This record gives sequence, C-alpha cells and structure tokens, in this order.
Amino acid sequence: MSGLSFAIPGGIGAVLAGLMFVLLRGDRRSVVDTIVHVALAAVTAVFLGYLASRAIDNPGGFLEILVGGLLSGVLYSLVALGFVLIFKASGVFNYAQGAMVLVAGLALVRSLDYLTGLGVANIVAIPLAILFSGAVMALCAFVIEKWVLRPLLNQDGLTLFMSTIGATFVLEGLAQMVFGSGVYPLRLFPTDAWILGEGMFPGGILVNKLDVWGGLIAAILVVALAAFFQYTKTGRALRAVADDHAAAQSVGIPISWIWFIVWLVAGIVALVAATVWGTKLGVQFSIVFLALKALPVLIIGGFTSVPGAIVGGLIVGAGEKLAEIYLGELIGGGIEYWFAYVLALAVLLVRPQGLYGEKIIERI
Amino acid sequence: MKKLVAASVVIGASLASVAPALAQGGEQFIPVLSYRTGAYAVNGVPFANGGVDYLALLNDRDGGINGVKIGFEECETGYATDKGVECYERLKGKGATGASYVSPLSTGITFALTEKAPGDKIPLLTLGYGRSESRNGAVFPWNFIAMGSYWTGASVAVQHVAKEFGGLDKLKGKKITLVYHDSPYGKEPIPALEALAAKHGFVFKGVPVTHPGVEQKSQWLSIRQDRPDYVLLWGWGVMNGTAIKEAAAVAFPRDKIIGIWWSGAEPDVLPAGDGAKGYKALMLQHGPGQFGVHAEIKKHLIDKGKSLAKDDFGQVLYNRGLINSFIGTEAIRTAMKKYGNKPMTGEQVRWGFENLDITEARIKEAGFEGMMKPLKLSCSDHQGADVARVQQWDGKEWKVISDYYTADRDVLDKLVAEQSAKYAVEKKITPRDCSKPD
Repeated sequence: MSGLSFAIPGGIGAVLAGLMFVLLRGDRRSVVDTIVHVALAAVTAVFLGYLASRAIDNPGGFLEILVGGLLSGVLYSLVALGFVLIFKASGVFNYAQGAMVLVAGLALVRSLDYLTGLGVANIVAIPLAILFSGAVMALCAFVIEKWVLRPLLNQDGLTLFMSTIGATFVLEGLAQMVFGSGVYPLRLFPTDAWILGEGMFPGGILVNKLDVWGGLIAAILVVALAAFFQYTKTGRALRAVADDHAAAQSVGIPISWIWFIVWLVAGIVALVAATVWGTKLGVQFSIVFLALKALPVLIIGGFTSVPGAIVGGLIVGAGEKLAEIYLGELIGGGIEYWFAYVLALAVLLVRPQGLYGEKIIERI
Repeated sequence: MKKLVAASVVIGASLASVAPALAQGGEQFIPVLSYRTGAYAVNGVPFANGGVDYLALLNDRDGGINGVKIGFEECETGYATDKGVECYERLKGKGATGASYVSPLSTGITFALTEKAPGDKIPLLTLGYGRSESRNGAVFPWNFIAMGSYWTGASVAVQHVAKEFGGLDKLKGKKITLVYHDSPYGKEPIPALEALAAKHGFVFKGVPVTHPGVEQKSQWLSIRQDRPDYVLLWGWGVMNGTAIKEAAAVAFPRDKIIGIWWSGAEPDVLPAGDGAKGYKALMLQHGPGQFGVHAEIKKHLIDKGKSLAKDDFGQVLYNRGLINSFIGTEAIRTAMKKYGNKPMTGEQVRWGFENLDITEARIKEAGFEGMMKPLKLSCSDHQGADVARVQQWDGKEWKVISDYYTADRDVLDKLVAEQSAKYAVEKKITPRDCSKPD
C-alpha cells in the first residue's frame, strides 16, 4: 500500500492549494468551475502519485502495462478515426461505424476463406479479398448516401445521427445474413509477442506484435489522411462541406459526391480496423462493440481531429489498463470500461470540445 | 401492391423459419428463450438448434409426448436479462396450459425469474447454470439446476488441478486464479472456490472481465506478472476465444487453463487456432459427437430440410441443447404418468421434475447413451448429479482426458445449506418439509 502513502498527501496538498486559489480569487461566478477543476486536479494528482509509487516498486511491470495500454489505445484510435472522418466532413455522428467494421471484416474473411478454399495462394487471395471488401464498402457508401443521407440533406445533426442508428441495424442484420454469424478466424498479422529488456527487468517487458502492427498502420493512416485533407482538391472540398453544406453547394461543390467519398474513406478505415481487430478477436458480431471503446476516445481527442483520435486513444488505452490493474486491486476490478468514460467526463468538464477539437462559437 | 405482396412473402417466410411450431390450443407449450443474434450468438445458436431439433423430432416422429403435440416458440433474449424477462412474460401464458417449463439459458435471467416463477407456477430448468444453492428444493421449489452447478464445476476443476500437482495435499500454497465474466454467471463459483481455498490452502484470486470481453489485455498482463499456477476460466461468447488468445499472447501455458463447461465448445477454441492447443475444459457429462438421437434427427429432420443445424450438428452446445430438451420433456412425460396424457400445467410439470428418474435404460431407448448418466431428482435434491469430466483441445478436436470426478459434497452441501437458508430469510420463505410426500 506504499502507493497510497505517496498519493494521499499529494492529493490533500492539491485540494488545499486549489481552495486557497479559489478564496483568493473571490470571483463568485467562477467558484463552481474552479472547485470542479481543483477537485479534478486533486484526483489526478492522487492517481498519478499512486501510479508513480507503483512504478517505483516494479518498474518493469509498470512499463509493460503502460506500453501495452498505449498500443491498445492505438487500436481504439483505428475505429475512432472512422467516426472523426465522417463527423469532420459532414457533421454527422456516424453511429454505424462499428457495424461498418463488422461488414468490412465479414466481407474480407469470408471472401478470403472462399478463395483459399478454391486453392488460391494467399499472396493472390489476400489482395483479391481486400479488393472485394473495399468494393463492398463502396457499395455501402453509395447506398447510405443515396437512400439515407441525400433525402435528409440540410436536416439537423440529430436527424442525421438517428438515420445512422437505423443504418446500423440494417448493416448488422444484412452482413450476418449474407456472410454468416459465426466466428471467423483471420490471420493477417503475427499475434505472438516480443519480450524486451530481459536483462534490465525480471521477466522482461512483453510487447505484442499485433499491437505494434496496429500502431504502424494507424501512423500510416494518419499521414495519408492528413495529406488527403490538406493537399487534394477532394480533401479541401470535404472541409468546405464540413463547414457549411449549403455554402459549399452554392459554390459548386457536388455534395452527394463528397458524401459518397467520405463514407467510402470511412469504410476503408473500417476495413483497416477490421484487419487488425479481426486478427485479434476473430471476425464476429462482437466487433461492433468496438464503437463503445471509440466513444471516450472521441470525447477526449475531439470529434473533428485526426491527431486527436490518436492522442485520445493513447490516453484511454494507457489510462484504462493502468486503472484496471492498479486501482482494480483496490476497488475490485472490472473497471476499465467505465474508467474510460470517467476520463472522458473529466475532459468534458474542463474542455467540452475535447483536447484537439474545434471550439464551437455560435451567434445567438 | 406488388411490393406489398413481396414484402408480405418475405416477412412470412422469415417468421416461418424462426418459429417452426407456434403454439395452438391443445398443445403442450414450451417457450424457447434463445439468442441467435448479438455478442453471444456464436454459443446461443447451436444450443437453440439442439433444443428445438429435439422438440421437433418428438413431434415429427412420435406426434409429441404420449400423443400430446408440443407447441414451442422461440424468443430472442440476446442474453440480456431485461429481454429475457420480457420473453418470459410474453410466452408464459401461451398454449393450452401456459408454459410447461422455462430454460432461461442465462444465469442473470435465472436470477430474475427465480423471483417470478413461484407466483406464475412455472418450473425453471437451468441445466448446468443458475443459482447453485437452488439445488435445495425445499427453498427453491421451482428451480431445477439439473446435472450440475457452478459449485460442482469449481470443485471438479480444483480436483483436476490437484491431480496434476500430485494430490489435494499438494495444493497448499499454490495460486489459482479465476478469470470470470463480470456478471452473476461469472461470480457464481467464487463462494465455492473461496471455501475450497480455505480447505486446501491454495491462494485464490478473482480477475473480472467486463461484458462482452473483447478487451482482456490488462487481465492477462496482470496474470503474467502474478504468475498463478493455474487459471480457471468462466467465460461466455467472445470472452472465451479472446481469453485463450490473450493467454497465448502472454505465453501463459494453455494446458494450465481449465474452462467451465460453458467455455468448452468449438466456437471458443476455433478462433484462437493453434493458440488453443492444450486448453482444457470441463464437460457437463457430455462432449461433442453423434449418438443414437442424432441418427433419428438426421432421418426425421435434417434429411427433410426441417432443421436449422448445419456445422453445429453434433457439436458440444448442440448436444447440450438436445439434453436440455430431453430432460424437460422427460419431466412432462413423468407428470403425465400421474396426471394423464393431456397438456400439463406448470405445477404438474414441477411434480414431474421432482419425481424425474431417467434410468440407464431410458437413456439408451431415447438415443442419449454415451451423452449422459442416469439422473434422479427429488424434493430435496434439484440437481441430481455431481459429476464432470475434463476434455482437452488438441488443435482439431476435443479429447476426453479424465474419468468422472465427483464434486466435494462436504464443502458444497454446507454451502448450499448456508446460502439457501440465507435466501429463505431474505425472501421470507418457509422451507418445505421434503420428508412429507407431495
């Protein structure tokens, strides 16, 4: 319990400092805000102090959990990126992103199984299966744009959000009806682990190869997406549409085409996420629950920021793993799901638009 | 108009496929709470297929039970307690005499229905799951936890671990960790494991995994650092395969993991590929394979295109679904011996359960030889069996690797008595006197 002896004085100190700050400022309007901020700072100080003491007790173990958590967070970011893309380009919170990962994964694994069943070598079968699933995602983008979004053009965000809930059920049902509802193993990346630093730490630090692949893929995706938004005509048009549908349309940007492109890109991101998560879990219905893991990532990073999705993922991944192991043993475990949302809530209290989100200023 | 007709045809066809025998008057009605969608569908589908196929077989081959046709209707619970209760409420009054019994297929739903069943007078058949203390029929007259409880499973798993270490006395100081689904199901074995740890001197630790169990890195990293001697797995659905994969990723030996019988089916090991080699699981007496009853199902249903079973035919959970319906319908058959060949009420079926005696000869006659041992229930014993074996996945199929173990009744009977007495006090139940005839 040495961690608590370190953390509690730190927390008490932070609370006292905060209270003094509030009293000295004397601004009544900001008292509540300041108290909330100070309380958050105190809790954070206690948590970090406790973690620091545990890290001193067992540096190898702490590093292993931290690295594992950061890499897991990158995998959440892969799913969160799809949400960001669509929100950034159309202002729609796409509830169907988890279902799109399922559709892409099922299309990929089932076509791959079919081709390998015919005796096609992996080197040919994998690109063909990726092409096929890319085509399925393009079809999804086309159908969603034509029959879900286009009739709702210029409707408010909530209406569009509700329409994506409907799309979720249709996609989940159709995907399982067409491709099956079993568990389909996918083995595109290695799933074993490296043990690093065995000389420095007893037992070394375990790093899963799949997580490292996930990190590399996420890095490539972020660079590619940043280049796409910054340097291509379509990317710039996407940003214009995000700012204002009607204004973008008035200057000749074909909004239907832009929405198709953005849903297609989100579909491709879903396919990339499916390759990694499918290898991790096997492609199955539960993959749609990844959307729930992506939500706190989005709240923390901001709904409109690609780098925010990555940073949010890293914070959620590391935070929940450290909390599960170190706080879990004090309060009973099984806390990582809600801990991610607690982190998100804390960020909302301090910075409602997320760490990297654009501050919304509206004229009243 | 054409569109309307086409839509009606599609809807009609889909309804026909999921509800093979909707309840009608004069039939013995059996609700089928199942989950064919959602996170647990991979396990729910084969169980539902087995359960429904046995009922359909009785109808097709024998015209029902003693000439009384069986009406059954599936209701999708998604393994969610609220939906399960909704299904129960919707189906409990159907058929000529209402629901004859209900199999909730979820410990969470069982907990909820345990409160409702006495009022509705509907027996709950919870085959190898549910409240372990409900073995005590004096306090739980409507619950029938036939063939084994999670406390049975915990005791058998500990015995197998002890055997591998060279005897129960070798457990002292060993670390046994339970990785469990953070739900009533996963928490159920904890009291038994704590009692067994106190008796044998091993160190017990519980590691919860939040629903649905797609992310378990922190749990397995903590196991890697803690280095337990053995891990027991109480998972369901995606949690099982993910646990085995994560165990492989942290290089925890798979042959040092034993899953409960709900973590020991084909969908649990296939996704992990070679990583699952060596993984062990308890058997609720039966394993996979095809027996006499399968030949009958093939002849009467599969060859006629009347079964939903595909690759799951003969798999572990399909077979468990068959046994579940077999035990339920045998209770109805037993009740009919006393009350006559007509649709039985829930109360009459409860009598059938309490007087159920499935003998070796009856098992053979029904085509279940090799799948289960004789089962006899009574007022005081709603479980009727304390045995389980261990199977191991060799990368292609399950291999039976042990004889039958019998659960430690010294520890478990005390636990059943304590917990059921506590429940009786909480719910203000006066336990029945089982020495008096019903």
